[in-house]
Amino acid sequence: MNKLNRRKFLKGGLLGGAAALTMSRKAAASESFEGYPDSMGVLVDLTRCIGCRTCEAACNHEQNLPAPDKPFNDYSVFDERGPEGQKRRTTEKAYTVVNRYDTEKGPVFRKFQCNHCQEPTCLTACFVNAYTKTPEGAVIYNPKVCVGCRTCMVACPFYVPAYSYSSATNPVVKKCIMCYDTRLKFGRPPACVEACPQEVMTFGKRKDLIKLGHERIRNNPGKYIDHLYGETEVGGTSWMYLSGVDFNQVGFDTTLGNQPILANVKEFLAMVPMVLTIWPALFTGFHLLATRKEAAKEEQNKNEKGVKP
Amino acid sequence: MWQRKRLVTGMAAALALLAVPLAKAETGPETVELDSLAKLYKPVSFNHSAHVEIAGGDCATCHHHTLGTGKIEPTCARCHAHSGAASAVACRDCHPAERFGAKYLQELAQDVNRYHRDKPGLKAAYHLRCLGCHRESGGPTGCQDCHAMTQAGEAFYRAGQYAPVPHAEGTEH
Ligand code: SF4
Ligand code: SF4
Repeated sequence: MNKLNRRKFLKGGLLGGAAALTMSRKAAASESFEGYPDSMGVLVDLTRCIGCRTCEAACNHEQNLPAPDKPFNDYSVFDERGPEGQKRRTTEKAYTVVNRYDTEKGPVFRKFQCNHCQEPTCLTACFVNAYTKTPEGAVIYNPKVCVGCRTCMVACPFYVPAYSYSSATNPVVKKCIMCYDTRLKFGRPPACVEACPQEVMTFGKRKDLIKLGHERIRNNPGKYIDHLYGETEVGGTSWMYLSGVDFNQVGFDTTLGNQPILANVKEFLAMVPMVLTIWPALFTGFHLLATRKEAAKEEQNKNEKGVKP
Repeated sequence: MWQRKRLVTGMAAALALLAVPLAKAETGPETVELDSLAKLYKPVSFNHSAHVEIAGGDCATCHHHTLGTGKIEPTCARCHAHSGAASAVACRDCHPAERFGAKYLQELAQDVNRYHRDKPGLKAAYHLRCLGCHRESGGPTGCQDCHAMTQAGEAFYRAGQYAPVPHAEGTEH
């Protein structure tokens, strides 16, 4: 029901001819997102991670990223904090970062990167259709198409996409692509998976990993929280997580819900100044989108109550 | 089948009895060179006899259910309570060096009835076993406490001679 409404609303031609075309094509594609039966995924077991940062180094080399500020075996990075006290985040120079959380069960390390959503908000939000969810499970993007508007950065529920500012006039999105170009499309696991000494990450078909994750929980009573983060969150993600402590203790947002997030659900205001300066037309589009979303919601509520609109 | 199982169990028991007087001769090699995966780090020269002592002579502390010495995990016991000693002793006899290689993934995909689908690869088998115990019992846990980094490792971790030249502070962007 929800989905039908969304599709209807996406097809509503909010943004004029060309944009509407893009949107409906995307909406059509989104129908197959849940339908990639053999898509691959990664199961991350937080109880195994020792915070060695080998995965970060592997990513840096595989993706030909610039040299880091500190060596990858420098563990002082775990104490770094951003201006608002936040732990490290993915950047244009680091598509994956490991953070340390001090929990009741002692320090827990968590590797962070794009979760490769089943129904990616970044993809839905992108006006130029730069993103693709491949049948293998990766969410990739075409930097040649990206106009650097940063809508996906704001839309992503996990705050993943970063931007390269090396060219002030042509910033493009930079994020983990699950090593699609060099590995995944040839059936090989991402570089971080292979490099990890502790096999924190298990690579396989997403549907198999779900079984495997629940089995690990069942076979090790008391070791894990009985939940596979990413199995259902925001409609499911290709990267899923097992943890020995509550997920909200180790930097996971446990309030996201299980429905795919629409681009316009997140704080629009955060985007306004940038959009206004960069692309006023875009803002107009978003404003319309927001209004229409309210209408769609009302309609949905009516439908759920069984009232014919 | 039942007969054979009983026989094997009996043999294991006999072996276990034998193991006491033979303890010295049966404790395996003095040192084991763990080198099959060495690339970023030099091979581990594993002092086997010292670890036998730490484990109080109980091989199964590390060689889980392969040497027929008790200590079976409850999950394993569901099927293996009476399995006796397996012939495999070395980690690499069971744990695949390329856990996510096309060959092993295909093997798993074809053998739909295989129970052991969540078996760690060789590198993880070493690290989970060694580090797991070291962390619990206060053994050394730093990477280089067990294996020194190679030059390839320094390049990989951008460490040592490949370490980044530190920026002047406060030059963000
Ligand atoms: S985690 Fe963010 S960037 Fe990655 S696929 Fe999901 S919405 Fe897109
Ligand atoms: S390589 Fe593995 S153990 Fe090391 S920090 Fe990354 S996920 Fe954790």
